[in-house]
Amino acid sequence: MRRLALAAALVILATVPLWVGGTYYVNIASQILFYAIFALGVNVLAGYAGLVSLGHAGLFGIAAYAGAKIMTGGHGQLVVMAGALAVTLLAAAAFAVLALRGTGLGFVMITVALGQIVWGVAYRWISITNGDNGIAIRGRPSPLGLSLASPSSFYWATLVVFLIAVASLAVFVASPFGASVRGTRDQPRRMNALGYHVWMIRFLAFLLSGFWSGVAGLLYLYYNQFVSPQAVALTASAEGLLMVIAGGTATLLGPIAGAALVVVVKNVASAYIERWNFVLGAIFVVIVVFMPEGLVPGTARRWRLLMAALRPRATAAG
Amino acid sequence: MNLWVVLAVNSITLGGLLFLLSAGFSLIFGLMKIPNLTHGSFFMLGAYLATSLIAQGFDFWTAAIAGGLLVAVFGGIVERLILRRLIGAELAQVLVTLGLSFMIADVCLMVWTGDPIRIATPSALRGVTTVAGLRFPTYRLAIALIAVVFAVALWALLDRTRLGAMIRAGVDDPAMARVVGIRVSRLFTVVFCLGAWLAGFAGVIGGPILSVYPGLDQEMLPLALVVVILGGSGSLLGSLVGSFVVGFLYNFGQAMFPELAYVVLFLPMLVVLVVRPQGLFGRQTA
Repeated sequence: MRRLALAAALVILATVPLWVGGTYYVNIASQILFYAIFALGVNVLAGYAGLVSLGHAGLFGIAAYAGAKIMTGGHGQLVVMAGALAVTLLAAAAFAVLALRGTGLGFVMITVALGQIVWGVAYRWISITNGDNGIAIRGRPSPLGLSLASPSSFYWATLVVFLIAVASLAVFVASPFGASVRGTRDQPRRMNALGYHVWMIRFLAFLLSGFWSGVAGLLYLYYNQFVSPQAVALTASAEGLLMVIAGGTATLLGPIAGAALVVVVKNVASAYIERWNFVLGAIFVVIVVFMPEGLVPGTARRWRLLMAALRPRATAAG
Repeated sequence: MNLWVVLAVNSITLGGLLFLLSAGFSLIFGLMKIPNLTHGSFFMLGAYLATSLIAQGFDFWTAAIAGGLLVAVFGGIVERLILRRLIGAELAQVLVTLGLSFMIADVCLMVWTGDPIRIATPSALRGVTTVAGLRFPTYRLAIALIAVVFAVALWALLDRTRLGAMIRAGVDDPAMARVVGIRVSRLFTVVFCLGAWLAGFAGVIGGPILSVYPGLDQEMLPLALVVVILGGSGSLLGSLVGSFVVGFLYNFGQAMFPELAYVVLFLPMLVVLVVRPQGLFGRQTA
């Protein structure tokens, strides 16, 4: 049953450009996928490790900026990807060392501050980042000689990365490391007493989270062929967190559903009204106050209740 | 006038504004453990409300106090209706206050448009004052003076009154404070309103210098965060020292390394975090 659902989902995802009709929708699907990767990355920390980061757009943006800088420096695609991800991992390590000085609220505030530093550099260090004008790159990469210029081919490439991300995080969640990350979230002192190095576990979770944020940032760069300080603003970090919260923290499907929701609402809302930020803020407030567990777990719970109500009452007799 | 003196005066002025902003933030954070990310919005909202009040014919000081009061009422409503439901849920509080700040920013953009609005300097404080042979803009000196007066008043409130003793008890140990009969929940509302008022008031008196424009909230909030991280949450002295440190760093950083002003601003914060995570004047908490 699960395998059937998985296979069906894969078929549907793989054939999106064939039936969705129009490049506009294919592009939205691509956006959903790379934002989903970002949300999955944020979720590693916010969901599984219980460390809420409001600076992840900084890592997302560092990858995009590093990629753009290396590319405009005239290097090949492989160098761009490896370089951008290496820079992002270094930045994530630096972020982690500083942010892990605090937990809970301290962690949140430090990540806000770190995110703002990245924003400040992107916005003000004009000789490197070109300030508010951003950096444009020419052309998407062509791995293995396949051009990614068309919306459909870009979608498929993003889908492949997305599937790798989902698979790797599924492995992560099921692994002993995943269990230890959840352990440091729920019982840090007991984990410590059991001999686990809590700080190191959190540090590694931060790196994993930063890595996927960086991958998403790189895809963002390829998709837009442009990066500006907007990509690293606090709003962007908040959107990433909203995707996680909206979908449901510490679930694999939640951030994906959340990313789909946010991207669709953003595109639909901005087509009809100018006040996207108002809608974003209102969604935050409504979800937190009325559906604190997120849409996916919330719906799953309702579904189980419904199923339990519909099932014939044979268990008592048996 | 000498460039350095100008910078120093500007730094002290910004420090004074930051103190008004961050004292409230720090109190709210210390007592209620709420990271109030709408604090920058309160600052901006106060300034915007005052521009409308002044346009209605009120004088500057009335507008400053009334603008602060409107923000305080708004803050009280937010605290009672929303934050009250989320006690202990840090993530939820972060998200709600952030969501609210987006909503406030968008409403301000809708009501007051995207153009910067300048608040006129009150006529009595225009011009310059000569102190020790140096000429200072009177209004900037007035802001520094206001900040000092508020620092003393807040210190007296916290250290010398019954309400202050209750607030301190709440900061130290809310559970025990409840046991000895202090209505901590009412204190929360009082402190939240007070913090909101200070932020709104600071926004108005900052208006003649900074003017009011979209994005002011997101500019002030990180500064307040840095102050609180530097000074330590829940500490008035920490806010005061942190504010002036940030004021100086920001102005001198802007002048000396214009491209790296933000980095200059955040570096000392990082150093403090590494060396003394609870902040310069914060107390180690369990």
